[in-house]
Amino acid sequence: MAIVVKRPKLNIFERMYLPAIAKGLLITLSHAIKRLRGQTKVTMQYPEEKWDSELPDYYRGAPTLVKDEQGRERCVSCQLCEFICPPRAITITPGEIPSGDTWAKVEKRPEEFEIDMIRCIYCGMCEEVCPEQAIFLRKDYAITGTTRAEMVHDKEKLYEIGGVREGLVNKWNELK
Amino acid sequence: MAELLLILPGLIEATVKIVGLVFLVILPMVAYSVYAERRFSALLQDRVGPNRVGIPFTKISLAGLGQPMADGLKFILKEDFTPAHVRKLYYWLAPALTMVPALLTCAVLPFGGYLKVPFVDEPFRLVIADLDVGILFVFAIASLGVYGIVLAGWASNSKYPFLGGIRSSSQMISYEISLGLSVIPILMIYGDLNLGSIVQQQHEHGWALLPVTLDGLKPVISMRDLALLVPLSISFVIFVTSLFAETNRLPFDLPECETELVAGYHTEYSSMKFALFFLGEYAAMIIGSGFAVTLFLGGWSLPFGLGSDGSDSLFWGLVGIGTFFAKVIGFILFFIWIRWSIPRFRYDQLMRLGWVFFFEIALFNILLTAAILMIFRQS
Repeated sequence: MAIVVKRPKLNIFERMYLPAIAKGLLITLSHAIKRLRGQTKVTMQYPEEKWDSELPDYYRGAPTLVKDEQGRERCVSCQLCEFICPPRAITITPGEIPSGDTWAKVEKRPEEFEIDMIRCIYCGMCEEVCPEQAIFLRKDYAITGTTRAEMVHDKEKLYEIGGVREGLVNKWNELK
Repeated sequence: MAELLLILPGLIEATVKIVGLVFLVILPMVAYSVYAERRFSALLQDRVGPNRVGIPFTKISLAGLGQPMADGLKFILKEDFTPAHVRKLYYWLAPALTMVPALLTCAVLPFGGYLKVPFVDEPFRLVIADLDVGILFVFAIASLGVYGIVLAGWASNSKYPFLGGIRSSSQMISYEISLGLSVIPILMIYGDLNLGSIVQQQHEHGWALLPVTLDGLKPVISMRDLALLVPLSISFVIFVTSLFAETNRLPFDLPECETELVAGYHTEYSSMKFALFFLGEYAAMIIGSGFAVTLFLGGWSLPFGLGSDGSDSLFWGLVGIGTFFAKVIGFILFFIWIRWSIPRFRYDQLMRLGWVFFFEIALFNILLTAAILMIFRQS
């Protein structure tokens, strides 16, 4: 069945076209005036203006390693994050903690821990899977480098960004 | 040798005017009207626009005022690609044919009254060529602009440029008529084809669209001028609309028409050849604004017959130049404002508007002007 579309009937002013043009011009001009007065939200001027203070707590930035209050590496190099990582950005070389060490009972720690930031997709699965709460996604988002090698965060760099996280599970502190 | 010495001062004067007006004013204005277009359209559309480029290698951005330089440099450095399937001679000729007429018409544009330079007895007239057939010259040269576009469309040997060229020729021919007819009331009222003396009369009796002079502080307007405002307003609307069509600006940019014809007549062009089309369009827009200002808005004169024409003092001469370019810039902003407010016409609507409405209204307008002039005849 054919559908009859009702065309709106134009009155004399609309048919003359010029009043409609004037109306259109006024609309755009009002936008310009609002913009000049700063009443319009516009694109953020990025390097000068930043959104950092408004980043939500759940923001997923660069994954990092954290230490606990006593300065112990939380990571026990179980390699779960390495296995879960969808783009396989994480490479861990596990190592043993020597028997003389204060935390010798933890037994393992990462010898080397590398996250390839070219590969990382900021999914946060490493953080989710970590049984030791050692890896966290921080709010750093501007990860840049001039070479591929520079874009691989090693253990030192990861701890540098990660810092110390307190008030989490501290199962290794009490004698068991 | 003696003859050479006689024409030498005139030659120097003309050269200084040409270089001063075309190279130091019009061409920078062309570059900066592109910038103005981008910034002003950004304002109208709640955006920021180009605000980064400033002085190279520093952090000074000057609200993006370096952008036109960067754009120009980019155009020069780009590869100048000539497709294998084009007709080379016409393909190379077309961009020049767009740019040259656009710049040529500014020869008769009075961009100020007089300039009284110290130590020189006679004040300089601020127009490159003070022709008595000024307006005819403008129409003759301005209509050459269509050849560049038609040639570009034809020489490109490709379907979209071809369609663009055809559209352009029919559009320009249609609107040339109403453009010419809409100016006739002005000629009838001022009885002169010389643009300089048209402005001079507007300076003495108030602008064509603001025929008010001041007697002390009391505005004076004669019945004749009041009656003439009706045909002049109609003329102005037709003139400006036809000007949009002549310069291929939106809402009449059918030869270009991105959504339908890729880029219309300049689809096959790149680098500086494209830039010539692009800048030629802006040059035509600036000069067209100059003529609209000259004919209808009093050219270089201040409103209400204030000030003088600059034949006795340097100050008023400079004020005249400033006034003219302020008006032209205002008109260019109006062009841009229209472009970003009104959607493009359909092709049949464009033709209908030109032939069925404007042509007839312009003809009727001439009769109306004649009738008013008859009634208020100064016996």
